[in-house]
Amino acid sequence: MRPCGEMILHGRGARKSGLLMRLVAENLGGERNGEVLFSGLGFSVAAGEALLVTGLNGSGKSTLLRIIAGLLPPSEGSLQMEALGDEYGSIADAAHYIGHLNAMKPALTLRENLEFWRQFGGAGPGRGRRSIDDALDAVGLAGIDDLPFSYLSAGQKRRASIARLLVVHRPLWLLDEPTSSLDSQSEQRFGQLMRDHLGDGGLIVAATHLPLQLGKSREIRLGAEQHAS
Amino acid sequence: MNSAASRSGRWVDIANPTRFLDLAGRLLPWLAGLSTLALVAGLWMSFQAPDDYQQGSTVKIMFIHVPFAWLSMMCYTIMTLAALGTLVWRHPLADVSAKAAAPIGAVFTALALITGSLWGKPMWGTWWVWDARLTSVFVLFLMYLGIIALNRAMDDAAKAARATAIITLVGFINIPIIKFSVDWWNTLHQPASVLRAGGSTIDGSMLRPLLVMALGFTLLFFTLHVMAMRNEIWRRRITAMRRIAARGAERGRAE
Amino acid sequence: MMALFVRDVRLGLRAGGGALVAVLFFLAVIAIVPFAVGPDLKLLARIGGAMLWIGALLASLLGLDRLFQADRDDGSLDLLIMADRHLLPVTVLVKCLAHWFVSVLPLVLAAPLLGLFMNMEPKAIGATTLTLLVGTPAITFIGAVGAAVAVALPRGGLLVSIIILPLTIPVLIFGVSAAYGAMDASAAFLPPFLILAAITLFFAVLGPIASAAALRGSAD
Repeated sequence: MRPCGEMILHGRGARKSGLLMRLVAENLGGERNGEVLFSGLGFSVAAGEALLVTGLNGSGKSTLLRIIAGLLPPSEGSLQMEALGDEYGSIADAAHYIGHLNAMKPALTLRENLEFWRQFGGAGPGRGRRSIDDALDAVGLAGIDDLPFSYLSAGQKRRASIARLLVVHRPLWLLDEPTSSLDSQSEQRFGQLMRDHLGDGGLIVAATHLPLQLGKSREIRLGAEQHAS
Repeated sequence: MNSAASRSGRWVDIANPTRFLDLAGRLLPWLAGLSTLALVAGLWMSFQAPDDYQQGSTVKIMFIHVPFAWLSMMCYTIMTLAALGTLVWRHPLADVSAKAAAPIGAVFTALALITGSLWGKPMWGTWWVWDARLTSVFVLFLMYLGIIALNRAMDDAAKAARATAIITLVGFINIPIIKFSVDWWNTLHQPASVLRAGGSTIDGSMLRPLLVMALGFTLLFFTLHVMAMRNEIWRRRITAMRRIAARGAERGRAE
Repeated sequence: MMALFVRDVRLGLRAGGGALVAVLFFLAVIAIVPFAVGPDLKLLARIGGAMLWIGALLASLLGLDRLFQADRDDGSLDLLIMADRHLLPVTVLVKCLAHWFVSVLPLVLAAPLLGLFMNMEPKAIGATTLTLLVGTPAITFIGAVGAAVAVALPRGGLLVSIIILPLTIPVLIFGVSAAYGAMDASAAFLPPFLILAAITLFFAVLGPIASAAALRGSAD
């Protein structure tokens, strides 16, 4: 089903085709080690929208994100991205994923790490792709780009991970506890970066137990019934 | 102030890396100059020395082979002393000294093996034999490389220093084995001829250039060792400064 | 893809000197052979090619378990798997090539030197080195499958070796027989050598595809 009815131009988010990207999950179920964490989950996130996934520890927030990222198969249901376009081969390809780990090599410098992910992400369209200096500046890491990654503090490492979101453009951001070990100032900056991304027609699915500074966003809560039993 | 106190005071001063850098800066030109002089003189004397009646001109390899072999053992002995310094006296420069010496020792050992091999081919008809002396020197070479690898594998300099110090001490048993291997086992390698009870068996015309060459290479070793120690101290300072820079960036952002 | 190659080579050279350890292991294995079989130079020359192959085989297995585990430990592996713009088998192939370049090529370069220790003829040394150059990539490609299967295991190193050693036997057979073919007039060099090259090319395709499938399955 194509969302023909949603032709409202949403900021700069309208794609050239005139269709909005939309992530739609129907009857999605996830399990880990044989234990069903959630089932029958349905949601949709359109360009310019953010979805917050909340819930207790172990309620399946990370599992849901990993299912969307294509790293785990869903136990049931389906997941689709409407109006994905030719640019991206799959949902995973159109997504940035920040997990619990930062995906940076301690032995390489901050710049080498980002340079690698920028090149590996492919040149792609210039839209929304920032230079490394720009991205480092945006997360407040300018000036220490030639330090080995292992020298950075936990918060600086997390911010380097966030800089990775900026050096290559992907419409969908999958963020798993992105603000862990960030101080309040960095959190605010990151909130601004997320709002910019949404204003640019991006999609965000974030798992968190802390309020993200997103302004308006939708929320689904996982695992209430499992934990009630 | 009595002389003992001033001596121990100076010793503590050198232990301070800054003082060491200062001293190294002043000492290095002299060391480098002297080793160049000795090596040039030694080379000139070596070419003046007569050929051996049996070995012909190939005997000249001896003038570099023997110093290399001596230094490979001396370097390990220095590393053993440094290892004691690390473990027993916790001298701050001891692990710097051991870490800096290892690659130099490995190179001298490799050179001793290579020159020995080049000498062995015309003399024994083969590049390599597995006799006691050659094998024990080869084991020394492996130990040098193992120590270097162990030291590089650990991030924390203090932990790496302790671990390598222990391995270095354990490995020291190889040094007397190398020294006396030619006496204990019946080997192809010739027995000790310079340093032995009952005087040297080598003729003065050959001994003099050999000793000058040995002196030159020893000076060269110390020149390289002091330079490598200086590099290591500088490297540690840069690491410390970069860590400070990572924290400093945070402070700058907060203001 | 070039970026991945450069990154892995850089990591291999910078972090801890894995290549040095592999070469050392190779040296040590070769050094204990004369103690085991006795310092008979003729015997050493005869078994030299085989010993070099065994030493290189064992040494090249050393760092293999870290091939994907290092990326898994810091989360990079997820992102490598997610990047559908690059085919995952190609990503694996590039990682294998980088690993071979950093950790195995030094072994091949050290082989002629060790051939001297084994008192081998120059021609035999050349032939053995050439077969190692052509044959060792196959070991890495096969090893990648083991590394991918065992990626989730915290201490998979030994298990990887056990899994892949039987699979490397054909490489060993043809590598050693080509090396002997060059030494011995009665044996042929070219046929086993070409089969060795074919094995390498075959596993260059099969290894990455199988590893990619294992890596996709391993994500949790």
